[in-house]
Amino acid sequence: MTSIISAQNVVFEYISHDDNKVTALDNVSQEIKKGEFVAVLGHNGSGKSTLAKHFNALLLPSKGTVYIKGMDTRNEENTWNIRQTAGMVFQNPDNQIVATVVEEDVAFGPENLGVEPHEIRKRVDEALKTVGMQDYAKDAPHYLSGGQKQRISIAGVLAMKPECMILDEPTAMLDPSGRKEVMETIKRLNKEEGITIILITHFMDEAVQADRVVVMQRGNAIMQGTPKQVFAEIDKLKSVGLDVPQVTELCARLHKEGIDIPLDVLTVEEMVVELCRLK
Amino acid sequence: MIKDITIGQYMPGETSIHRLDPRIKILATIVYISILFFIKGFFPYLYVLGYLGMVIWLSEISPKTILKSLKPLAVIILLTLVFNIFMTPGEKLPGFGFLPITKEGLYQAGYMGLRLMFLITGASLLTLTTSPIALTDGIEKLLNPFKKIGVPAHELAMMMTIALRFIPTLLDETDKIMKAQMARGADFESGNLFSRAKAMIPLLVPLFISAFRRAEELALAIEARCYRGGENRTRMKQLKLKGIDYSASLITLLLCVAIIFTR
Ligand SMILES: Nc1ncnc2c1ncn2[C@@H]1O[C@H](COP(=O)(O)OP(=O)(O)OP(=O)(O)O)[C@@H](O)[C@H]1O
Ligand SMILES: [Mg+2]
Repeated sequence: MTSIISAQNVVFEYISHDDNKVTALDNVSQEIKKGEFVAVLGHNGSGKSTLAKHFNALLLPSKGTVYIKGMDTRNEENTWNIRQTAGMVFQNPDNQIVATVVEEDVAFGPENLGVEPHEIRKRVDEALKTVGMQDYAKDAPHYLSGGQKQRISIAGVLAMKPECMILDEPTAMLDPSGRKEVMETIKRLNKEEGITIILITHFMDEAVQADRVVVMQRGNAIMQGTPKQVFAEIDKLKSVGLDVPQVTELCARLHKEGIDIPLDVLTVEEMVVELCRLK
Repeated sequence: MIKDITIGQYMPGETSIHRLDPRIKILATIVYISILFFIKGFFPYLYVLGYLGMVIWLSEISPKTILKSLKPLAVIILLTLVFNIFMTPGEKLPGFGFLPITKEGLYQAGYMGLRLMFLITGASLLTLTTSPIALTDGIEKLLNPFKKIGVPAHELAMMMTIALRFIPTLLDETDKIMKAQMARGADFESGNLFSRAKAMIPLLVPLFISAFRRAEELALAIEARCYRGGENRTRMKQLKLKGIDYSASLITLLLCVAIIFTR
């Protein structure tokens, strides 16, 4: 497998109001493979959103380079190609829907790309079907639930035929059922459509579903690996202000008490299996 | 509750008037309004009445709705009537005592009043039968030829779309902030105009801050979706003239010819 996103020694500094420099990314290197599902964790202000914006050429590195499918983000000629290849979904669904009708909003991306009208129609219908919102094509977005709005945003990116989708805390403003809808959509895109997913999240139960977890702190990627590897290091995660899934924490405590149970249990189902094995 | 305020006064429907191309509707409205000013005497108003009556009948908009659209402008219509009745010099009519009512005044008042009412009804028929999105689309397409002389057709349409999209969101937010302030004892309803205006400040400040934040996020989001202005942009929905659009144009044209002939 080849890398679809390659970030090399990326440094990024924001210039704040009083001319001070805030280093939001401090020498980050990442290779993201085609078809991979990567979750990015980190405390508030650790640089997750800043990193995500680099993958979409919304921000350009102060030092280092970012390549999307081999295209350098600093080359302005690539900007539109990059944004089409790596689509982005933001946290607040209300602030990223442009049009007053669902299908018009989904059409917005391909319209910007200059796609032929009948092809846009086809893409819009397909994208809405993929996210399960085809019945709402003619509705006004502001009457939809948060989860539905976020699925519309995802459809809007899908209609641009991206190879990669970056989602910056897409479930942060949703209720549990909305979160579930969105997570299921994201996983389906990854498994069925082969779209590379980068999911920034504060929810551990979302992160455990990824192929790989990256933990950020103060502009650095301090840990990475499979969810099992990362969540096994409970102490290290806690030291950077992150939680682990409840069952993982429970396992660690049981382990401390001398019970023979593995430390890398992530889901309730796995826990059930392990507990049954104890007898 | 505050969300239920409708923008414009669009009455959804599937009638032939609703389905007319928005460009034709906008142009026909402009032509119709201009031709009203060509009218001399009462007789041509019969044509206008026929035309308007046909549109209302086809659009299945109830006369009650039409009357409602006249209501906000009732004061203006009334003033027009009063001014014309009393201010037009001419042959004073007997039987009104000291009131200086003239024959010419009555004639002028009836004539101007009808013109105003026909004008308002015609214009509101456009907004009653055309959704704001279709209207925006139509305006953009009609302004397109004027891009060369610097009319920002696409930008205007984009601004209208975004405004339409965010009005319900911001109204919702106003509602929320208002309730939050009321829960803490704010009073928006009593007192004189000045104190009520003052009570609005704690409402407007958070609203503005949030609107700016939204604008910033939206700008980022549309940039991420490859928005780069109107150039090279295509549209999913193409406006295409159909048979019915040609018939409507023809009928409007006939009205113009008929009216010009009465002069
Ligand atoms: N526009 C900006 N101007 C100046 N500094 C900024 C700006 N945006 C972010 N920063 C700073 O950059 C650092 C990283 O911010 P970033 O938004 O990437 O964090 P994050 O991990 O996404 O946090 P959160 O979980 O709150 O979304 C923070 O210290 C933040 O204060
Ligand atoms: Mg963030």
